[in-house]
Amino acid sequence: MSSYEARFKVWRGDVGGGGLEDFAVEVNDGEVVLDIIHRLQATQAPDLAVRWNCKAGKCGSCSAEINGRPRLMCMTRMSVFDRAETITVTPLRAFPVIRDLVTDVGFNYQKAREVPSFVPPAGVGPGEYRMMQEDVDRSQEFRKCIECFLCQDTCHVVRDHEENKKAFAGPRFLMRVAELDMHPLDAAAESGLDRKSTAQDEHGLGYCNITKCCTEVCPEGIKITDNALIPMKERAVDRKYDPLVWLGSKIGRRSSQSS
Amino acid sequence: MPVVDRQEWDVVVVGAGGAGLRAAIEARERGARTAVICKSLFGKAHTVMAEGGIAAAMANVNEHDNWQVHFRDTMRGGKFLNQWRMAEHHAREAPDRVWELETWGALFDRTKDGKISQRNFGGHEYPRLAHVGDRTGLELIRTLQQKIVSLQQEDEKETGDYESRLKVFQECTVTRVLKDGSRVSGVFAYDRETGRFFVLEAPSVVIATGGIGKSFKVTSNSWEYTGDGHALALLAGAPLLNMEFVQFHPTGMVWPPSVKGILVTESVRGDGGVLRNSDGKRFMFDYVPDVFKEKYAESEEEGDRWYEDPDNNRRPPELLPRDEVARAINAEVKAGRGSPHGGVFLDVSTRMPAEVIKRRLPSMYHQFKELADVDITAEAMEVGPTCHYVMGGIAVDSDTAAARGVPGLYAAGEVAGGMHGSNRLGGNSLSDLLVFGRRAGWHAAEYAAEHAAERPPVDDTEIDAAAAEALRPFSAEVEEPASGPPENPYTVHQELQQTMNDLVGIIRREGEMAEALRRLAELRVRARRAGVEGHRQFNPGWHLSLDLRNMLLVSECVARAALERTESRGGHTREDHPTMERDWRRINLLCRLADPTGGLAATDPVRGQITLARETTEPIRTDLLALFEKEELVKYLAEEELYE
Repeated sequence: MSSYEARFKVWRGDVGGGGLEDFAVEVNDGEVVLDIIHRLQATQAPDLAVRWNCKAGKCGSCSAEINGRPRLMCMTRMSVFDRAETITVTPLRAFPVIRDLVTDVGFNYQKAREVPSFVPPAGVGPGEYRMMQEDVDRSQEFRKCIECFLCQDTCHVVRDHEENKKAFAGPRFLMRVAELDMHPLDAAAESGLDRKSTAQDEHGLGYCNITKCCTEVCPEGIKITDNALIPMKERAVDRKYDPLVWLGSKIGRRSSQSS
Repeated sequence: MPVVDRQEWDVVVVGAGGAGLRAAIEARERGARTAVICKSLFGKAHTVMAEGGIAAAMANVNEHDNWQVHFRDTMRGGKFLNQWRMAEHHAREAPDRVWELETWGALFDRTKDGKISQRNFGGHEYPRLAHVGDRTGLELIRTLQQKIVSLQQEDEKETGDYESRLKVFQECTVTRVLKDGSRVSGVFAYDRETGRFFVLEAPSVVIATGGIGKSFKVTSNSWEYTGDGHALALLAGAPLLNMEFVQFHPTGMVWPPSVKGILVTESVRGDGGVLRNSDGKRFMFDYVPDVFKEKYAESEEEGDRWYEDPDNNRRPPELLPRDEVARAINAEVKAGRGSPHGGVFLDVSTRMPAEVIKRRLPSMYHQFKELADVDITAEAMEVGPTCHYVMGGIAVDSDTAAARGVPGLYAAGEVAGGMHGSNRLGGNSLSDLLVFGRRAGWHAAEYAAEHAAERPPVDDTEIDAAAAEALRPFSAEVEEPASGPPENPYTVHQELQQTMNDLVGIIRREGEMAEALRRLAELRVRARRAGVEGHRQFNPGWHLSLDLRNMLLVSECVARAALERTESRGGHTREDHPTMERDWRRINLLCRLADPTGGLAATDPVRGQITLARETTEPIRTDLLALFEKEELVKYLAEEELYE
């Protein structure tokens, strides 16, 4: 295999505006898009702004849109593109641009704060937690999330609808609610917090119409829609419309387990 | 001079990896208003890359485990150079630190009876590593991050402001620790997004910035690992300890070139993976050093039986401490028995079913598939040593994590020295972060409370000097036109990485290290001319120019200390002094800034910026020594130590 010269278009600019800039740049065997962006920095554009940390698909920093598709730059190999193809790299569209490929992802940190934290069970001390592997499997799948925010970026509820951001936590944080809800020892219910109904009422689960775009872009392969969002929708529906559940909640004897 | 925003906090934590976040949680819970500053986004720190697990003697899988066994393993792994009091705290407290994570929502893999599962790892006598598949670091950082958020939620309920008592300044970089006389008064930092400077005034500063790997070409370390905390401490007048000890992890990816150095977790071997050379031979059996002879299997059959019956068999030599395995791989490659891309073979495909591999090593499966087109369930991986961890670091008090000689300065995690001696065992890093992160946060909060009434003032001239230093790259070419053309910071960085990799790498020789010092002096002069284009808003060229100061300082420490220590021990291998010398065991090497005022202007190319001092270590407490057999101690300790 050999080196070749690839054509790149990289969005450069800031909050005031910007546009695609053309580059011709060397590509070597086995390289990923982030390698090429680094080569541009080192040889042609030293102030090209880009976020990255681990370059191993573990930290979720180098999210961008490559030919319009949300991806991690460190996990996108150049070999998936035709050599003649011009590769376009743009910042995540759902978030405000700071500079070049760097966006303001503060929305996500705001939403993270709005999800009530894990509630430790009363009377179970450190070292006394007992959970079976099959009971933690479901939440563990969601905890694989590296917070790259590609799902937040691609979700059409907010991608082109800034106005929905206030009411909608996005797939990542709805999945966080699901993760806590499925945690075998989370004691939210005992403290008077019904995670299922808050997903619907406070985090905007109803906006999701299960198009699975989030699942498609997830670099960790988490089945966000099938395993987190749909089960929550079903349960939220149970809660809302099941008259017995409704009655139980009204007289203060909520069922602690629902499957 | 620019107007610089100032804020008052009680404790400032620099770094938001495992140690920094644990310190911040502790300080806040003890009532200190706490600020955390981190170079990256909150939750992206290098800790996420830790794979294998957290070592803690919980005895969930083997009932014989306890803190004494863990302490023993840690001291053996570090070849007895460890600051033994730290190793003792670490072994005793690690289980509590792990269990506490569960109360904050962590979900570890489970044993059949519902406890936290523990896995085998190099150098650990029993299965000891709490883990989540091969993404334990992610679980750790996310749990701590979410604990911080939960504390902020409590504060919001009480004060209406999430950030009233605990605030994370993300994507900000500290360039100087500020001082009032000898004591800490705060930090000077810039915000990456805007390029604006700001000062956080605080009586206590905890440094938790991690390691130095970005000074080496082949490394498993992320972008952030530029030795910032090491340099900040040096510049503030605190010494660094035993900087010659750098761990080369035996198994990094070797191909393709762009991913060279990325970590392949030790769990691959802990779970049964074996190392083979190009002849198909399990070569590690030829590399068991004398000090470990009795503890490792002598045949493949015995090693294989150990996975099922550890009480009656000895472990396979693939699970020797990392320094031993890395040197062995290096020797095999050098002898011409390497793999096509200059590594050796690491194979799980013939050792367990594909489904088991995918379940136990999901990120490894994914990583090789995505980045190298290798299906690890069907073929062997190619691996070779990669710069992974620095055992050396800021010299600290074992109990309080206080840096020496600078009141108010604390350090925890990889940036602190001592705990791991000359070589760290896998899994001991995450537990180190938690044990000493907590201790640093605790004592920093206590110190801040003691000084609440007379907070150290921050001097304007110090702020001006720090601002001028940080702005220098924008005027590099104007200031010193006579000394040469402006330099590209990326080029200087690449040359630095090549120098350290080639001349102060896994196998060291006197002449090469002297050459490295000469090149470092040259690079230092050139780095002062590193110039940048553009403006201060999110400008990576500028950030790198500033990081170069730190990398050059730390690299000089590593090279000088490595040249001085004329023996081979742990993460320091001298080809010209190949044996471990008992007399060197008691010697710590301390690096200090040559110019005690903390200035760097006078960079004498020959003398350099660092002075070395030798120090005799404190004798190991007798009840701890009694945990070892006499015959073993004889291999490490000098005669007079044995009879004291």
